[in-house]
Amino acid sequence: MNENYFYHALRINHKICFGCTLCMRNCPTEAIRVRNGKATIYENKCVDCGECYKVCPSGAVYVAEDDFQSIYNFKHRVVLMPSVFLGQFPEDIKASQVYSVITEIGFNHVFEVEASAFLHTILSNKYIREHETKKPLISTFCPAIVRLIQVKFPALVDNLIPIKAPVDFTAIYIRKKLIEEGANPEDIGIFYITPCAAKIAATKSPVGEDVSTVDGVLNMDTMYNIVLKEIKQKKEFNKKITANNDVTSDCVIFSLTNGERRLNNFKKSFAIDEIHNVIEFLERVEDDDIEDLDFLELRACDESCAGGILTCGNRFLINDRMMQRAKKLAERERNGETSRRKAIMNEREYLTQNSHVGKIKPRSMMVLDEDRSVAFQKLTRIKEIESKLPHTDCNVCGAPSCHALAEDVAFDRANMTDCVFMQRNLEKRGSLKVEESVEIMKNIWGEDKLKDYILNK
Amino acid sequence: MHTEFTVVEGDFANAGKASSEIKKTLKQLNIDNQKIKKIVVAVYEAEVNAIAHAYGGTIFVDLDEEKICVLIKDKGPGIPDIARAMEKGFSTASAKVREMGFGAGMGLPNIKNNVDELDIQTEVGVGTEIKMIVNFNS
Repeated sequence: MNENYFYHALRINHKICFGCTLCMRNCPTEAIRVRNGKATIYENKCVDCGECYKVCPSGAVYVAEDDFQSIYNFKHRVVLMPSVFLGQFPEDIKASQVYSVITEIGFNHVFEVEASAFLHTILSNKYIREHETKKPLISTFCPAIVRLIQVKFPALVDNLIPIKAPVDFTAIYIRKKLIEEGANPEDIGIFYITPCAAKIAATKSPVGEDVSTVDGVLNMDTMYNIVLKEIKQKKEFNKKITANNDVTSDCVIFSLTNGERRLNNFKKSFAIDEIHNVIEFLERVEDDDIEDLDFLELRACDESCAGGILTCGNRFLINDRMMQRAKKLAERERNGETSRRKAIMNEREYLTQNSHVGKIKPRSMMVLDEDRSVAFQKLTRIKEIESKLPHTDCNVCGAPSCHALAEDVAFDRANMTDCVFMQRNLEKRGSLKVEESVEIMKNIWGEDKLKDYILNK
Repeated sequence: MHTEFTVVEGDFANAGKASSEIKKTLKQLNIDNQKIKKIVVAVYEAEVNAIAHAYGGTIFVDLDEEKICVLIKDKGPGIPDIARAMEKGFSTASAKVREMGFGAGMGLPNIKNNVDELDIQTEVGVGTEIKMIVNFNS
């Protein structure tokens, strides 16, 4: 695969976008600019965190997904359902109803992703114990965090735990099982219901890997709509299907904040959610500022996967439902109604052999040029340009900050005259005509926003 | 490229401002991460020294393609015995400073370990100038 190619699931529909700058102002990696009145994404800076999706007032930011019909390209259709999916549904809808409906809308098998979370934890903890010198070790569960570290904290790339995510383990397990049962490998289609864009990106171009473990990704909101509609319209349920007991009580809440951290007993570890919080903390970690740090569970979304951009409903309510389910499961485990030992553990050896991801490489967006001397020239130029800008971060140039504009100018992606303060000064001097300023503004904001509304009234 | 930072006496809350700005700049120059870490640690130690012992001061940073030179000037009490100050664990920090988690006596030794050149000019009652240089190619 081309090393420079990174799939992004986040897209902007230019027919809907009206250039409001909200996404640009909220992007934690300054990856968005407004050009011709529309938000555009610098792909090498985007980490797929979905902050732009959250703040977009018009629904112009969307998440590309596989067509649901593509499941019929396969004879054996498996859906991998993360526990957070069940947390979407109101209390009166039972897990067994969701399972039942999923098998009726086209899938032959339903499997809960977190089935492998227990094994994932065992392997991660083993890796952490064996790599004392690399401390703190950082979880790779959240793909937006992996990408964030690659682009913004390249010094910490070696601290990432190079172990596949639970979704990969579960997919590998199911594929093996189905093949053993006689299925032709080409007939197996494994589909993952994703709560966020980052997981799609991770599936389409897995970091450190060449091939994905799943065949397709379905967005959680789409699946929620399909499943809920079926449930609402149905009077009777297929009684034969009960919810699988694939997951232990502690793993049901694996994707929530503290989900990983509570499964280990390191002396000093943190669970931090929300990308700005994570960035703030990683700045400190990068400086070796915090001593004896063992493990970091970092998640891009507030309330972790319960706050994923494709989840439906309030993240705190989703969190609560998942906690309630875990409680009930724990009680059943205590009463001996269900075993904590799951079938997937019988494949421990096979899964362990396939557990490692390839080398996770830094792809710093900070480095101005590979050649230090060129980088230094660029840096000098950026500082010089920046010193002439007003430091208002007003966004009128179509960049998120004066610094971002200075960088764009140094890389010939923008002009000094894009700055409205610069324009006024040049007009005053007589070296820029008002008409030229209007043209510049049109290029940034589009024809519409520069219409002469006053005269038309 | 020249930059200056002001360090305010007793303002531990803002310790690390200069080192973190320097880090941001160096990250852009494709300089080895381990080297950046060393520089950040050295500058941070010097910042804390100026905050804890001297009466604040100024940090002057000069950067070119080959090296970074950081000069920390203070109008503090000066260091009466540099040789002792360079010993690991030797500290003149007050109980108050130690309570805040600083003053372990690792400041100057730690700076020395992390830079290529270290020059300390000090005069009791007048002030201290600490100059450190890190070469990017070494």
